Amino acid sequence: MTTILYDDRVSAVDARADGAHLWLEPDALERATGWKLEPQGLCRGDACVQARAEWRDDAGRVDLAAFAAHLGQPMIADDDAVAFGASVNALREDLLSTIAPDFTLPDLDGNLHSLSDYRGKKVFLYSWGSY
Amino acid sequence: MPVWQVIYEELRDQGLEIIAVAFDTAGRAAVEPKIRATDIAERPAMLAGLMGWDDTLWARQAPPTYPCLIDETHLVAELYGMTNVPQAVWIDEQGRIVRPPESAGTIDMVRHLNRETLELPDAAIAEGAEARNAYIAALRDWVRHGVDSRYALPAAEVKRRLRGPGEAEVRAATHVKLGRHFYANGALVQAKRHFDEAVTLCPDSWNYRRQSMMLDPENVGQLNAGPDFWAAVDALGDEPYYPPADLAPVR
Repeated sequence: MTTILYDDRVSAVDARADGAHLWLEPDALERATGWKLEPQGLCRGDACVQARAEWRDDAGRVDLAAFAAHLGQPMIADDDAVAFGASVNALREDLLSTIAPDFTLPDLDGNLHSLSDYRGKKVFLYSWGSY
Repeated sequence: MPVWQVIYEELRDQGLEIIAVAFDTAGRAAVEPKIRATDIAERPAMLAGLMGWDDTLWARQAPPTYPCLIDETHLVAELYGMTNVPQAVWIDEQGRIVRPPESAGTIDMVRHLNRETLELPDAAIAEGAEARNAYIAALRDWVRHGVDSRYALPAAEVKRRLRGPGEAEVRAATHVKLGRHFYANGALVQAKRHFDEAVTLCPDSWNYRRQSMMLDPENVGQLNAGPDFWAAVDALGDEPYYPPADLAPVR
């Protein structure tokens, strides 16, 4: 099993690494990344990306490494874990729109809070660390 | 944190929400003691001086009732380009950034600290409190006047001040994500290696550097005042550790 870290998802899936490729069954791909193989391409939410022939193998698996590279997402592998990062262009566009990027994080009791829950109020977003 | 509660109680009825985000890979274990009342009573007075809080505010500190979120992968630092703590961002009712990440009222106090006695000269304490109070006054002004506040920056100025990420930043954040994964699975050596990769990619990120230095479970929750921290501060030369917030009006 391979642990895939994608956005804030952590999933253990069957994946076959082969050189620069990382082959996943379509259902494993969806579980690990949210991207679903559809007739029109790889889709998630409103977004669809036309799947290139070289992203598929004979067994119908999808090359997540090639797909992520197409999206501009860095991939770093170590042992049985593979982490994918954000696309630098998407992140830049998000931030430079000056609309505050949304996020969802737990509090001490494990309750999730999203920045967008606080629309309509002024928010003082304060970062700190115990160190 | 517990002093921000004082500001929160003053301003929340005027429409201010505070959201605190802790960049802490050890999660709850690292942050909970700093938020709980029992530990607040034991906070060293030295911290007040270091952070620029005056005696009145310090005396009234209380456990936060605003959301205190835990960010084990430093996600918010990546999204906003935050490089040290404490930094703050001001976000208006429409979700627009009106002040990008900047030191939240702190000035370069670590430079004035006696590293053996952890004491600060009186003049530095006064200077720190003045900067802090100016920052709080700016926050009050924004809460009262909104878009008409001189401290709510125009979009063009916000854009100019924002540090958009580059390839190094997103790669570093990916290493941190892996580092946190290995940390959570008890693989400390591997975890540390990824944090150190992140530091190499983003040498300006004090968050990654400070986190990396304090990753060992025996250090969790401790404030780093060790030789490795001071060596890193000294390596800054004349560069500030906490660049002061630029509160000058922008036209």
